[in-house]
Amino acid sequence: MAELLEVAEVSIRFGGVRALDTVSLFVAAGEAVGLVGPNGAGKTTLFDCISGRLRPDAGALLFDGRRLDSVPAYRRARMGLARTFQRLEVFPELTVRDHLLVADRAHRGAGALWRDLLNMAAVRPEEAARVEEILVLLGLGELAETPVAALGLGRCRLVELGRALACQPRLLLADEPSSGLDGDEASAVAAALRSVQHRRHTAVLLVEHDLGMVSRVADRVVVLDAGKVIAEGPFDAVVGDPGVRRAYLGVTA
Amino acid sequence: MTADASRAGPVLELRDVSAGYGTYRALFGVSLSVPAGAIVALVGSNGAGKSTLARVATGLVAATSGTVLVGGREVTKTAAHHIARLGVAHVPEGRGIFGDLDVEENLVLALRRRVGRATLRQALDRAYATFPVLSTRRHQRAGTLSGGEQRMLSLAAVLVARARLVVADELSLGLAPAVVDSVYRGLEAIHAQGTALLVVEQQVDRALAIAQHAVVLVRGSVSWQGEPSEARAEMERHLTAGYAPPG
Amino acid sequence: MNTFLGYALPGIPYGCDFALMAVGLVITFRTTGVFNLAFGAQAFAAAFIFDLLVRSQGLPVWAAFVVAVLVVSPALGWSFDRLLFRHIPTASTTAKVVSAVGLLIAIPQTLPVLFGSTPRLDPPSLWLDPSRIVFHLFSTPVNGGELSTTVITVGVVLAVVVFLRRSPVGLEMRAVVESRRLAQLQGIDAARVSAGAWALSSAMAGLAGVLLLPLTAELVPSDPLQFTSLLVAGLTAAAVAGMRSITGALGAAVALGVLESLLRAVLPSGVLAQAVIPAFPFVVLVATLVGSPRLRQLERRADPLVGVDPPPAPPATSVRDRRLEAPMRWGFRLLVVAFVVSGLTWVPGYWVTSLSEGLALSVVFLSITLITGQSGQLSLCQATFAGIGAFGAGQLAAHLGLSVLVGAVVGGLIAAGAGAFLALLAMRISGLLLTLLTLAFALFADQFLFQYTWSGGGLSGVVVPRPVIGPIDFGSDRSFMMLALVVLMLCAGLVLLVQRGTTGRYLAAMRGSETGAASLGINLLRARATVFAMSAGLAGVGGAMFGSLYHSVSAPSFDYVYSLAFVVVVVSTGARRVEGAIQAGMAYALIALALTYAPSRLDGIEPVLFALGAMTYAAHPEGIVEYQKRKWLARVSRLLAAADARRGAPGARPGLVGTSEAAHAGHG
Repeated sequence: MAELLEVAEVSIRFGGVRALDTVSLFVAAGEAVGLVGPNGAGKTTLFDCISGRLRPDAGALLFDGRRLDSVPAYRRARMGLARTFQRLEVFPELTVRDHLLVADRAHRGAGALWRDLLNMAAVRPEEAARVEEILVLLGLGELAETPVAALGLGRCRLVELGRALACQPRLLLADEPSSGLDGDEASAVAAALRSVQHRRHTAVLLVEHDLGMVSRVADRVVVLDAGKVIAEGPFDAVVGDPGVRRAYLGVTA
Repeated sequence: MTADASRAGPVLELRDVSAGYGTYRALFGVSLSVPAGAIVALVGSNGAGKSTLARVATGLVAATSGTVLVGGREVTKTAAHHIARLGVAHVPEGRGIFGDLDVEENLVLALRRRVGRATLRQALDRAYATFPVLSTRRHQRAGTLSGGEQRMLSLAAVLVARARLVVADELSLGLAPAVVDSVYRGLEAIHAQGTALLVVEQQVDRALAIAQHAVVLVRGSVSWQGEPSEARAEMERHLTAGYAPPG
Repeated sequence: MNTFLGYALPGIPYGCDFALMAVGLVITFRTTGVFNLAFGAQAFAAAFIFDLLVRSQGLPVWAAFVVAVLVVSPALGWSFDRLLFRHIPTASTTAKVVSAVGLLIAIPQTLPVLFGSTPRLDPPSLWLDPSRIVFHLFSTPVNGGELSTTVITVGVVLAVVVFLRRSPVGLEMRAVVESRRLAQLQGIDAARVSAGAWALSSAMAGLAGVLLLPLTAELVPSDPLQFTSLLVAGLTAAAVAGMRSITGALGAAVALGVLESLLRAVLPSGVLAQAVIPAFPFVVLVATLVGSPRLRQLERRADPLVGVDPPPAPPATSVRDRRLEAPMRWGFRLLVVAFVVSGLTWVPGYWVTSLSEGLALSVVFLSITLITGQSGQLSLCQATFAGIGAFGAGQLAAHLGLSVLVGAVVGGLIAAGAGAFLALLAMRISGLLLTLLTLAFALFADQFLFQYTWSGGGLSGVVVPRPVIGPIDFGSDRSFMMLALVVLMLCAGLVLLVQRGTTGRYLAAMRGSETGAASLGINLLRARATVFAMSAGLAGVGGAMFGSLYHSVSAPSFDYVYSLAFVVVVVSTGARRVEGAIQAGMAYALIALALTYAPSRLDGIEPVLFALGAMTYAAHPEGIVEYQKRKWLARVSRLLAAADARRGAPGARPGLVGTSEAAHAGHG
């Protein structure tokens, strides 16, 4: 069993609405899976359950064979689960480099106060090297010392992606990384995701509306509609499926 | 811009409008117009800027450049409540009603200014007659209505108020197909009394079926506009080949 | 049963007064999003004016009521909206609270300036003669004051409920509460409705003040603290009602009044009663703030159009040409040398005391730099932490003969423990609720914790001796000033280390996005406990220095009003940087010193400065001094760049550390 993440019959309700209805899916180690579906299908809700922002009402989440139920969000991050957000959650006043540095230290739990007080918090060469590698990978080198508040949305999405990668994740949850980007920026994000998966063997679970991007990045696609998994399989087969087209486009074909 | 648009005199016109939230630019130089009494479908994928465009049209989000005109009058810098008083109604995405107020209070709030106090009672009766399901729930908290009923409630107010223009944002979102049917019947009833509609939809077929003109928005810009019957092919092209490799 | 009711009965009029406060807080918060801490001060102002009109001007009671409650109070609320809150609708809750705090400090301080500060005995009653017994109920006498308070309160609250439920304006108010934006789409002028809500809630504040008059024996203009217990009880009732339900607030407030009254009657008088009764409302308030799931939902906005407004702009950071760094460093060193030399030579003695006070306060203010500037959490109990440090040092010196310097460290550690405890207690809340929790803690310390001989030393206070290190005795004021300077340097160095280290970056990350920070593996609870503890510790050390400077301190030296004033001073000069705290500390002490030279006409100017400072915060969250500095630095950088360009130096670009001007340009 090389399953890195297993979502087993997870359900959650908000008031009267079943946002997730016995959703099951898995992501194998090193695999890229696309999670698609119309607005309000429950994709971000599922991400929130996996990353620990929300607690499902029923079902189980397993990461690397370990149950996640009672693991708080910050510990899941240290286990190797990193994510980006559809609505940006960047730190406006920190520079791009500090974003990566904070992530690098946080996931190792290396931020003890006494180190600061003894003036031992300077950036060490190996940390700098890891940060530099990600800056280069995402083409953010020029902007390393810029506070994120001064960046546009496209760059912010790259910063979030880089921040997630600095956590050395085994599974990266990317929530609509191309939303609000122009074509070039979206291509850059797609290329970065592809290279992360290939070079670092990081598994990727990608929520994305741009099916073109999904087809380039994902090995396999899961379709969510109204809180339920309605299809799963290789990209072409899934997109050709009439039920999927109906849910997605409202196309009555 | 189409020829009949200039003939009928557009009820809503956007000229080269850009807008965004903070550093996030959502619209880049968008121009479109809605002729009086016409239905225009605004379609595009999630994040294309459709909702922002709807919000700019009704004054919720300020345009950073360009001009917005309602009935030929410039409203680019006008407050949302003044635009609303010009006869523009916006049914926003998601919950477009006040959940803490009851059904009748929602209607009163929407109608009192638009029909005047004298005819308020008749207006309420007309709303209940058109959407009988609401009349049985008069004093129920609107937040406890089902999604479809909430959508009906926001449409009922618009219908009876006889607005000049209705901007309907993602009406079908999260609704069962049968419910979407009745919501769209409501839209057609509103149109039948001469109200122009700007229908923002992700589920394109519904919107295109009732529209006379279609606008496709891709990444904050108008990528195509024309006959609704041809819009679907355009949409599919963008959906599966959403972005072209650079160069 | 009858005796029980007899005990409960006197609590009802008090409860009714709490209720007016609670209902007013709920209405303002719900219609405007401002947690109006100045509500008690407004009540005080109205009571004052009412009394003035009846007594000095000889107006009939009803006319005075009309002027004080129906004209002046709403006008005051309306002007708050027009002049202040209307311009900051998208400011953070923190910024709005700071603005309200500014008003809370300014209003009561302004009144004695305007109307003199003679205490007034026997304030007039609104309706029935307070001293006349009207009837007996369950063999308990009910006097006119109690009866009028109860009847009027219940009547007014019910009228407000009916107004909100039935009238068109009430309907619009409720709509604006739920979603400002959606209301605007219905053609409602939300700004006007908010102004109306301010007027309405301010009238309630006025009414509360006027009704409270007969219950208090005297009205002392210079002592707004009479209204503190009203604030605590009102806060508690509003919190119990979830900041939502108006009738709930009425019920909770009356219940609170009755319970207190019962406790008074049932508990045997003595130590237990003295401990339990003042602590009771705090226990309820803290338990509600920490435990109520309904309150936690408060910050999750129910507005469906919440995404429409842009997030508040992050504070701008200084842009500094690298070539300016060396001159500025030298300038700083020169300043320190000049300070030391002047302090030891020509500066007159009473200036030395003021300067030392400035240094000690700077240490306390550094604690605000850390907690509010670095972690973004508004804390309203930093003076309380300072008090813990000062009393700790004094008590240890008195009982164990510990040197004051050791005592200051131990006192700081005790304060740090209190800070960490507070952070852990608040593990499930943040933002406004945590701010209110710190306020509750400050009030609790004022009214309870610091009242004992083992803590605050009672009425006589606690002696904090001057330290002695080996042969050096810091008994002389000049030598103590040098010691204070060293302590300040050490503390400033610690804060700088934290800011530049990992913890500072974590805190800046959390300030930007808690969700984002947690997604990286940052333990939010631990980070928050750390910053609370460290901040409280610094405040404690500063407090001990302050105490040692003046030889003795007592509970009023660390009153909650000082906590409020400290926060306002620091955030309005610049809470982000260490130098901001030092500027604030020196300014605080030196402005007071300078005002001793000013004509007595200007006596009330300080609170006005506070209010103005607080108001600038919403517009310039980086601090007004920091803002000015940024403007000047940018100007100098441009000049340098222009000089380079003229010289035609190739590639000589100004080494900008980074700017967020670009981000601000788009907000409009």
